[in-house]
Amino acid sequence: MYLKELCELDGVSGAENAVRSFITDKIKPYADSITVDAIGNIIALKKGKSSDKKVMLSAHTDEVGFIISGITDKGFLEFKTVGGIDTRVIISKRVRIGKNKLSGVIAMKAIHLQDKSERGKVPKVSSLYIDIGAKSREEAEEHVSLGDYAVFDADYELYGDTVKSKAIDDRAGCAILIELIKKDVQYDTYFCFMAQEEVGLRGAKIAVARVKPDIALVVEATTCADVSGAEEKDYVTSLGKGAAVSFADRSTIVREDFYRNLLRVASEEKISVQTKMALAGGNDAGAIHLAVGGIKCASVSVPCRYIHSPCGIAAVSDIEAVYRLADAFLNRIDEFLE
Amino acid sequence: MEMKAITQCWGPSGREGKISELIKSEAEKYADEVYTDALGNLIAHKKGSEKKIMLAAHMDEIGVVVTYIDENGFLRFSNIGGVYIKRLLNRRVEFANGVIGVIDTESDNKEMKLSKMFIDIGASTKAEAESKVSVGDMAVFVGDYIETDSVIISKALDNRIGCAALLEVMERASGDNDVYFCFTAQEEVGLRGAKAVAYSVAPEYALAVDVTDTGDTPSADKMAVKLGGGAAVKVMDRSVICNADVRSLLIELAKRDGIPYQLEVMTDGGTDAGAIHTSRDGVKTGGVSIPTRYIHSPSEMASKADYNAAVKLLTAFCEYKF
Amino acid sequence: MKELLRKLSGLRGISGYEYRISDKISELFKPVADEVHTDKLGNVIAVKHSTKVNAPRLMIEAHMDEIGLMVRDIDENGFIGFVNIGGVDTRILPSCEVIIHAKEDICGVIGAKPPHLQTAGEADDVSKIQDMAIDTGLSADKVKSLVSVGDAITIKGGFCELLGGRVSGKSLDDRAGVAVLVKLLEKLSDVKLDFDLYAVSAVCEEVNGSGAATSGYAINPDMAVAIDVTHGITPDNSKNAFELGSGVAIAKGPNLHPALTDRLISTAKNNDIKYNVEVEGGNTGTDAWLLQVAREGIPTALLSIPLRYMHTSVETLELSDVEAVCSLLERFCVELDCDLEGWLCI
Repeated sequence: MYLKELCELDGVSGAENAVRSFITDKIKPYADSITVDAIGNIIALKKGKSSDKKVMLSAHTDEVGFIISGITDKGFLEFKTVGGIDTRVIISKRVRIGKNKLSGVIAMKAIHLQDKSERGKVPKVSSLYIDIGAKSREEAEEHVSLGDYAVFDADYELYGDTVKSKAIDDRAGCAILIELIKKDVQYDTYFCFMAQEEVGLRGAKIAVARVKPDIALVVEATTCADVSGAEEKDYVTSLGKGAAVSFADRSTIVREDFYRNLLRVASEEKISVQTKMALAGGNDAGAIHLAVGGIKCASVSVPCRYIHSPCGIAAVSDIEAVYRLADAFLNRIDEFLE
Repeated sequence: MEMKAITQCWGPSGREGKISELIKSEAEKYADEVYTDALGNLIAHKKGSEKKIMLAAHMDEIGVVVTYIDENGFLRFSNIGGVYIKRLLNRRVEFANGVIGVIDTESDNKEMKLSKMFIDIGASTKAEAESKVSVGDMAVFVGDYIETDSVIISKALDNRIGCAALLEVMERASGDNDVYFCFTAQEEVGLRGAKAVAYSVAPEYALAVDVTDTGDTPSADKMAVKLGGGAAVKVMDRSVICNADVRSLLIELAKRDGIPYQLEVMTDGGTDAGAIHTSRDGVKTGGVSIPTRYIHSPSEMASKADYNAAVKLLTAFCEYKF
Repeated sequence: MKELLRKLSGLRGISGYEYRISDKISELFKPVADEVHTDKLGNVIAVKHSTKVNAPRLMIEAHMDEIGLMVRDIDENGFIGFVNIGGVDTRILPSCEVIIHAKEDICGVIGAKPPHLQTAGEADDVSKIQDMAIDTGLSADKVKSLVSVGDAITIKGGFCELLGGRVSGKSLDDRAGVAVLVKLLEKLSDVKLDFDLYAVSAVCEEVNGSGAATSGYAINPDMAVAIDVTHGITPDNSKNAFELGSGVAIAKGPNLHPALTDRLISTAKNNDIKYNVEVEGGNTGTDAWLLQVAREGIPTALLSIPLRYMHTSVETLELSDVEAVCSLLERFCVELDCDLEGWLCI
């Protein structure tokens, strides 16, 4: 699985180019056709034994990050967030900017210079800036243009039985789809690597209009809050307890038969699964299930602690479980199409 | 169909199986074909050679969904649709299998946060609770059906009263228009079912049939709609500004047939019209609403006269030669 | 340009009530387009055909609706309650003159509780729309015979010239964009295009963008450019804003197609047209947002005109910026050929 390589690529929503080329390169030998559409989705068709049905598997290529929106006279960069990022996790982090991966740090004035009221409060994103070391606007402009994207500059690492990275959401899904496209499939199956999920499920909306599948499964990463200080009722998912299957989130209510089928198949295949125990968040299923007259759609997710931060953590065993469940979904697709 | 049966039937957003079956049994008497789609919308088609018209009434109701079961058998939950969190205490809820629960809160909950509330189904252990209810199961609010000379009081008048109206129109309407009676799913969670069905039906004209607020209770937020003031012809709500042609036609028909009507400008909440009018290259969409007090409570109240007016107006619309 | 803006600013059509002005807007396009029609939701679509068969389609879009008010109820004394349509700044409403488009147009003023009747706290708080009413000076019976719930209300405003080639008036958001469309077609009238040009004056941008979504679906263009306004720098704000006279603001971000945007930027550079780059990390809050995901996706760009005091009766802009947008699009159209494959990829 190419998880490490994928996580290390930079691909903020709207600038998924590096991820797109990597994936296209890896799936080329296995896909019968590959289309890149107007927003940058990769739609890869793997022909099945039968063309009676169309199946869609979906993961998103983009990650949350930043976009440079201004340069000050002194050469500091102003920025906006791309996708939902908790402001608390961005202060004092290293970032890489643009195609040349220029280094910068997200900064604010030192604690000594903050007055009492400032110390207790999370600053506004608009009051933060990126320092690239430039001494003037002119020097900064030699290296950075308005509209350049920036990502967290954080390493992919193994932490015991878990992995730590900035982009498990959703390169884990991409890695899984790359493995699955290598296998034979029953029906024509569209492996869709979606752009711009983090800014409003944008890529999925148009990809599904093109593919018009009979059924779709979204392979994602989801909130995992089994952390210090949280009560069990608020965990949403737990690390290491298996693939998370959603009955609903804020974007989708999953058909009961689809949800139950996923749990049943997991149990029969002895794949460890957990129910996602909250309606938190949303993912591409929200765009897919409403499109072109309605599509049967569900999602299976990798629980990820500290999601949308430089250091998300996911269990290797959970990623394996999501892979196996998505694999079982394709192998036993007739049971889901009934 | 009996108004009592249709309002009391169980069907929160996304779990409309039971209510869909109930409506289907009635719709099959009048429609040429009745079918469901991937989102659970129920579509009854009365074929005709003229204009393709869609009437949409959502059949889902608001409710709750279990997210966690604790060691003592208490359930934690989340809302499905626009539930007034601050008014939840000691409400009763009912699950699909008939299990009843009562909502209460941890004592320290001045802000009335949902995360501190729980449902008590009378179980004393986790195992006992899990033998009746699972995480992911939904429940609806309990609210008995009461009928007086003039009004109906029940849970889920929003929008089973609209569904009842569609069934009655389906029975009555004649004429050559090609009419799709759509009982939509998942309206309460964001007009989701209507979005799918508007695309698949692709009508030329559409009407959303739903309930609307009134401005006639003591010191209510100002609004022109009154209980008993007639069928409400929708001008706008938060999801749509209705097509002027459709709105004018409805007014013209009401005047022609002497049907009591009033104009509706609603600033809270949207309707399926919002999802329908933006479908594909656009659909000329309007709305006929039934004025209803205390929407999203167990005791929603509507006037029988308004309901009858709405049925007449909708029938006239379906029969209209465009 | 100034007279066209004056004319467009004076038209009165809030979201959903564009049918009141669509004929007048169609008339502006008829002399400069091959074909003009109004679609079922009321979008006015002007087409300039290419000489080629199966030519690619370029859609350029601005919205024709304006923010405003609508009659909510009429009380027993003939005072008219109202709701807002679009993002009206409640603070501008007290003592604002309005026109109610009832059976006939009726002038009125938005009354406010006199200061000596206000309680201590009220004087500093902004009144709520729920508590305001329009006074027409007419008898209750007269009001009720003329006005219906649902009638559109527009802010009276007035168009005026300021110093420095700047003008002020209501609804320049986004009639200035419509003016660009008209002038663009005029400039292109002797040019043979390699592609079909659709100039769309769209409905309902201020409420939900239904006009852009549906016309984008119907036209299904190979690319689209939305024209809207952005904030002008004022004494109290310079962030995310541009000086009047600084040219066209070309937007970048996930909402916009990189290659199409880059091409517009290089067109501006090569033709010495003043421009700035405007950056948005997600939703641009314009019709570009829905155009980008219409059908199977449309490469979309966004050009904006700096404008001060947005959504008030005194929106102010500089004519040279409107001209800059127009010139940029003219050059873009003239230089565009029907081979999109080479450059329009993501």
